[in-house]
Amino acid sequence: MTDGYARRPRVGLFVTCLVDLMRPSVGFAAARLLHEAGCEVVVPRAQTCCGQPAYNSGDRESAKTLALATIAAFEGLDYVVAPSGSCAAMLKLHYPRLMSGDDDSERRARGFAERVHELLSFLVDVRGLASVPGNYAGKVTYHDGCSGLRELKVSGQPRQLLAMMPEIELIEMPATQACCGFGGLFSIKFPDISNAMVSAKTASIDQVAPELVLAGDLGCLMNIAGKLSRQGSKIGCRHVAEVLAGETADPPIAHPRAAS
Amino acid sequence: MTKTAAFEAGVSAALANEALQHALADVPAGFVAGRARQKAALPEFEGLRRTARDIRDHTLAHLDAYLEEFERNAVSAGSTVHWAATADEAREVVLSICRAAGARTIAKSKSMVSEEIALNAALEAQAMEVVETDLGEYLIQLRGERPSHIIAPAIHLRAGDVADEFRLRHDHLDASRDLATPEVMVAEARSVLREKFLAADVGITGANFLVAETGSAIIVTNEGNADLTMSLPKVHIVLTTIDKLVPTLADAWPLLRLLARSATGQAFTAYTTIVTGPRRPEDDAGPQSCHVILLDNGRSELLQSEFRPILRCIRCGACMNHCPVYCAIGGHAYDSVYPGPIGAVLTPALAGVGEAGHLAQASTFCGRCEEVCPVEIPLVSMLRGWREQAFAASDDWRSRTFLRAWVQLAKRPRAYGLAARIAAAILSALAGAKGILRRLPFGERWTRQRDFPAPQGTTFQDLWKRRERDEGPAP
Ligand code: SF4
Repeated sequence: MTDGYARRPRVGLFVTCLVDLMRPSVGFAAARLLHEAGCEVVVPRAQTCCGQPAYNSGDRESAKTLALATIAAFEGLDYVVAPSGSCAAMLKLHYPRLMSGDDDSERRARGFAERVHELLSFLVDVRGLASVPGNYAGKVTYHDGCSGLRELKVSGQPRQLLAMMPEIELIEMPATQACCGFGGLFSIKFPDISNAMVSAKTASIDQVAPELVLAGDLGCLMNIAGKLSRQGSKIGCRHVAEVLAGETADPPIAHPRAAS
Repeated sequence: MTKTAAFEAGVSAALANEALQHALADVPAGFVAGRARQKAALPEFEGLRRTARDIRDHTLAHLDAYLEEFERNAVSAGSTVHWAATADEAREVVLSICRAAGARTIAKSKSMVSEEIALNAALEAQAMEVVETDLGEYLIQLRGERPSHIIAPAIHLRAGDVADEFRLRHDHLDASRDLATPEVMVAEARSVLREKFLAADVGITGANFLVAETGSAIIVTNEGNADLTMSLPKVHIVLTTIDKLVPTLADAWPLLRLLARSATGQAFTAYTTIVTGPRRPEDDAGPQSCHVILLDNGRSELLQSEFRPILRCIRCGACMNHCPVYCAIGGHAYDSVYPGPIGAVLTPALAGVGEAGHLAQASTFCGRCEEVCPVEIPLVSMLRGWREQAFAASDDWRSRTFLRAWVQLAKRPRAYGLAARIAAAILSALAGAKGILRRLPFGERWTRQRDFPAPQGTTFQDLWKRRERDEGPAP
């Protein structure tokens, strides 16, 4: 392990509101991977949403309220880890900015931010995870979510983790770094533009015809899976943590419940 | 119709416009790939961006001093310097110079500032003929359109559109002539434009940079049209804005090295001209007089605000070339002089948040724009800043109420947890075994074009609590 903790570090799992509501299996997969990486996983009850919808709608005050609540919920833990580039970037980069002008809160937000990590980069960069429980056999492609990629520089780590599964075949789609068009509330504020963007994304996916599309953000995945489903595609979408953890008992996102 | 609704209508039209979609599909292989090649070939590219940012920031921090220095040096080089606080004032200055010159024909090289002050209409209202000499700009002038890109104004047109337009407008030429290749069309435009150049009384150009140390303007083009525009007519007007300044010629250099690389993917533009005042006695060409108009139009206010970094912009257009929203809808849908990310941050400053705040909403915050911006403008933060202003000023009580109610809930984890469990259960039940909702109550803006994935049935918190109860705390 690269972070020098002699004891098992206590990691607070920031589940994210989307995973909590839509896809608990991602939370369990994340917990499993953290456990494999030698961490004690704690799930604070008092967490809800990171406040991004408010922050990106221009409602700073509400965002600040939720930010302070989140910081308080994770007091006393060694790390805070989120299975989402976008939420992790909010916690890590935007909380301190949100508090600027309020010295006390800003100091707390900075201290908090130092402990925050996106799941996949945490596993590789901080914990040096060398093997994963999953053993997926098949052809997959990986979509780079924007916040993780550009704000937190997550791009090599998920690929490195996927490569630990000997029978997986990762094929890069064209324009893997192009935004899928989700953008939180953007997807319903500007549905036509969002649709044009996700259609470009599914066209890229179709070019490499994988069995699974993987990504580190459930928002992107719901958008891509929703479009693929509407297009009648059989390609599945999963959070990369599910595959890495071998937690694939549930069907892929937007796929029928009973095995088809 | 609200501004947002008008914008959405423009978006629908753009998405349905096949010719436009074809043209936009070429952007990745053209400008975007070009920039990537240049960046790969220049190891110091990223370092240069930081240098460029610092030069611009330094200039903006001392803008008043550099403007005074520029004025002094421009005047001693023989130019006349005019200050214009507003678009109205700038138009008035141009008109009075043109009237004094007895101008009937005015040649213009591409200038976004002239678009910003709607100059052509003002000149034409005075019975002056305005001729755009940049090919793209000439085309859209013929079609009565506005530029759809700041460096490639006619990017929305295809060769076929151009040939049709030429046959229609150049009706003095043989109707059955061959216009099959871009080369033939360029040659035709050249010969038509050349006559206009020779007839022009006044030439108007913009400026890419102004140099305080020398009182010069630097103008770059790929067609050389600015050089003819500024040297053939007897009067040259440089119409520009106060933010274009750099302290010295040496400071302009890193910016020029980045400009074409970021814009078109060229190492350098074909023509880079430094012009310092009118013709001197020993010169054998050049205008008799040179006027520099320095327009403010809200910029000094911007300088004092959180939005100052916007003024670093060198108008390369990289942010729009790399913007997935711009590349989906093109420039016209923005219905503003400056489209794309820079348009979405600049237009609210120029026209007001009420007029243009909605443009800042039309972004996923993917951040590709600021990743490529040669002067590292934090475009996403700027966009968010406008959203904050719009939220504060908004009378959209529905989204406010919705947002605030949601925050009230999210502040109370127990109530939130219960609400989430109920929502997950209902949505999952509605979806049944299909795993999707083809229509979502209150969410038809999502489900019109996409299915909504069904939740798994209950929340993570609920399941985790049960697991802890059953197994004791996780190992
Ligand atoms: S904002 Fe940056 S990328 Fe966009 S036009 Fe200006 S300088 Fe170029």
